[in-house]
Amino acid sequence: MTTTFTPPSRFAVPGRIAVNGQVAAAWQTATLTEIRRETPRAATFRLAVPRWAGHLPGQHLMLRLTAPDGYVAQRHYSIASAPDDSGHIELTLDHVPDGEVSSWFHTLARPGDTVELRGPLSGFFAWPGDRPALLLGAGSGVVPLMSMVRHHRARGLEMPLRMLVSARGPEDLIYARELGAETTAVFTRSAPRGVPVGRLAAAHLAPLLSERPGGGWEAYVCGSNGFAEHASRLLVEAGQPVERIRIERFG
Amino acid sequence: MNVTRGFTGRPRVVNPGLPPGQYDAGDDWPVLSAEVTPRIAPADWSFRVDGLVERPLTWRWDEARALPGSAYAGDIHCVTGWSKFGVRFGGVSLDTFFEAVRPRATATHAVAYSHTGYTANLPLADLTGGRAWIAWEFDGEPLAPEHGGPARLLVPHLYFWKSTKWIAGITLLDHDEPGFWEQNGYHERGNPWEEQRYSGD
Ligand SMILES: Cc1cc2nc3c(=O)[nH]c(=O)nc-3n(C[C@H](O)[C@H](O)[C@H](O)COP(=O)(O)OP(=O)(O)OC[C@H]3O[C@@H](n4cnc5c(N)ncnc54)[C@H](O)[C@@H]3O)c2cc1C
Repeated sequence: MTTTFTPPSRFAVPGRIAVNGQVAAAWQTATLTEIRRETPRAATFRLAVPRWAGHLPGQHLMLRLTAPDGYVAQRHYSIASAPDDSGHIELTLDHVPDGEVSSWFHTLARPGDTVELRGPLSGFFAWPGDRPALLLGAGSGVVPLMSMVRHHRARGLEMPLRMLVSARGPEDLIYARELGAETTAVFTRSAPRGVPVGRLAAAHLAPLLSERPGGGWEAYVCGSNGFAEHASRLLVEAGQPVERIRIERFG
Repeated sequence: MNVTRGFTGRPRVVNPGLPPGQYDAGDDWPVLSAEVTPRIAPADWSFRVDGLVERPLTWRWDEARALPGSAYAGDIHCVTGWSKFGVRFGGVSLDTFFEAVRPRATATHAVAYSHTGYTANLPLADLTGGRAWIAWEFDGEPLAPEHGGPARLLVPHLYFWKSTKWIAGITLLDHDEPGFWEQNGYHERGNPWEEQRYSGD
């Protein structure tokens, strides 16, 4: 007798995108080619990755640093750049005080340095551009969402796309210069004159959810666990179907 | 070895309890789940074991809680890189549930699934012999919703994505059927000591 398991809800439907396990699982050496400051606490690191298998907006990778005694530190980072054939990818890292890996990037790294990485990983939080996308991010949670926005622009996609980003203040808003009409910024501690200060709230979501694009929104939530809990609960309370909310928690 | 220029890492004590590539998260307990945290009242929770068993059964909360208790004290390891030392979970050994349903001799694998529809596959041998629990207490307190409360699967000798939060049931099969993360490129088994993170490791 062979039993086949059928999951009880739609959440377990496989990610829409297959990760190429073979190429993605292999560690490879990437060379840092450029560092761009985004905010006082965040910078973008451009890496040449000659054997990059390609990625979909929203995916992340595993990065590892090795000390002379063989000690390794590995962390996950979302891919900030849109898929392209430049042979390069970009990561944007927050400088975590005393952070083992992010401190190396922010204080020691310079062009020419090499690091190791494997990926892309997880097809679940990816957005190939096939459905209307509602993106909610906080802090460095904007990174995978920006890959989606950049992809949308680079391909001139007609698919509706809206982004809500939360930052402590305008100086902490990553990619500020690049954000366009698709984006609404929410500031939690300080804001430009005339802009209210406060947490992401139902009132920010209401106008976006009332747009109801054909087929409905696919919601992508990314940031700290605290933000992910808060934002996903707001979405559910505003009527977004629970199985159409995808969450990437940075830990 | 590919040494990173200038990287020394934190001062460290060699910790034999730390699997390769892991770090000690200390008091932190990161939350990593892909779905909205469900708020499941104990009265709405149930746990079913079926598939290749003599007698499929479903336990409601009070029935499961009335079974003989069993605790785990030890370490847990997440594939994202953190390990947590000296944690204490309370619940019931999976062996107790299996004794009641009596797995058939043909059963070799299991799919654990949650009340949200998340799935994880495991060889049956990893769930028996006092190595797996249905857990509802952490450090003597009810398990918090974001950590899988009211009850989660606990398989501490494997990476923690196998320890399905908001556990709803386990189906026994005579073959392996990849679960949610396994379909997304993660390893079929996930032994932290062999660093089985991704498919092919
Ligand atoms: C899927 C995913 C995607 C991610 N994407 C991004 C991204 O795009 N950008 C980004 O910036 N981050 C991202 N992160 C977070 C990232 O993986 C790291 O957690 C982050 O960069 C911090 O790592 P670190 O090594 O700098 O800090 P860690 O060394 O891990 O420290 C983190 C905190 O813990 C404390 N700490 C930990 N261990 C010790 C110790 N032994 N002694 C003292 N203090 C300690 C530190 O003081 C610090 O406050 C992502 C995480 C995930 C899971």
